[in-house]
Amino acid sequence: MSPTYYLYLSAILFTIGSLGVLLRRNAIVVFMCVELMLNAANLALVTFSRINGDLNGQIIAFFVMVVAAAEVVVGLAIIISVYRTRRSASVDDASLLKY
Amino acid sequence: MPAVLATSLHAGAPETAIFWILAPLAVLASLGMVLSRNTVHCALLLGSVMLSLAVFYAAQGAPFLAFVQVIVYTGAVMMLFLFVLMLVGVDTRDSLIETLRGQRLAAAVAGIGFLLLLFAGIRQAAITSSVGIAEPPKVTDDQGNVLPGQGNIFEIAKLLFTRYIFAFEVTSALLITAALGAMVLAHRERHEPRRSQLEQMRDRFKVGTHPTPLPGPGVYARHNAVDTPALLPDGSTSDLSVPPAIEELRLERGRNPQPARLGPAQSSSRATSKQPPSGKGNL
Repeated sequence: MSPTYYLYLSAILFTIGSLGVLLRRNAIVVFMCVELMLNAANLALVTFSRINGDLNGQIIAFFVMVVAAAEVVVGLAIIISVYRTRRSASVDDASLLKY
Repeated sequence: MPAVLATSLHAGAPETAIFWILAPLAVLASLGMVLSRNTVHCALLLGSVMLSLAVFYAAQGAPFLAFVQVIVYTGAVMMLFLFVLMLVGVDTRDSLIETLRGQRLAAAVAGIGFLLLLFAGIRQAAITSSVGIAEPPKVTDDQGNVLPGQGNIFEIAKLLFTRYIFAFEVTSALLITAALGAMVLAHRERHEPRRSQLEQMRDRFKVGTHPTPLPGPGVYARHNAVDTPALLPDGSTSDLSVPPAIEELRLERGRNPQPARLGPAQSSSRATSKQPPSGKGNL
């Protein structure tokens, strides 16, 4: 089976993730969509690693996972602290800089 | 075990079957994640996408990444998401009102355009052949047991601790920073002294509304869900015994707020003791 199909799948998942980031307003769901985009990028990296026949792509995917884990921890902590002050997890409500 | 998984799934008809079963599922689940209004459903659908991606990693000769995906993403990250969801409250749903006019249409057009661009790029990339991740030849001892220190994990470890050792060390600093950052961000400083139990008790009795714990839900022979109101001695039901959120949910679904089915003994006792309706719902 041609590994190109995995690249197409990765493109579809990435696009769906970016659509979610654009459309959703619950900060946690936006965050999940970012995770979906990271996962799609990881799939592409693993596929590139297979196409090229060396493990560097897998190593990069591994580092992406580590950074994503750190990002999730900090991002969710920010969401919690925003929720504490504003009692809302909607990204529309955090608009104090606008005025 | 991971090496066995890799060789058994690697290439050929099984991989094609796995791909064509799991890829539509992953796409549908991610679409559902974007479209679902319930955030818990979103989290579970994202978890299923991540699990199918783990299978894809295993099928592409990356068993280590497949296990890391299951452990780190579906294990740790999704649980963290669910914890935060429960902290923030599941009932905070997205409103469906568009704040920017034409945002959805613009986003859909941009998404389709982006997808077409990516597809064209992949098509133009002219990937004619793939080398594939070769399993290194196994060295066995004379009993036929595979000697340790081979396979995908060993190769990844070799790269990780030689060429990428600096990045690996920086990663540890990043993780410590992230843990500290989360603690600092989520920490709440206590500004006033902690109220003692005696003070809390005095405040509760000063207000005088309902100092004792609320009555629990009804538990009957046939019906013991939390949405069953408790029966008072006169046979009427107690409004206080059902949590307000469940009451709201039941009204939303248009169900009868009375207990749905009671046993014959209870319903008969209700019928006989219906005459004094004085204590109806005020306990």
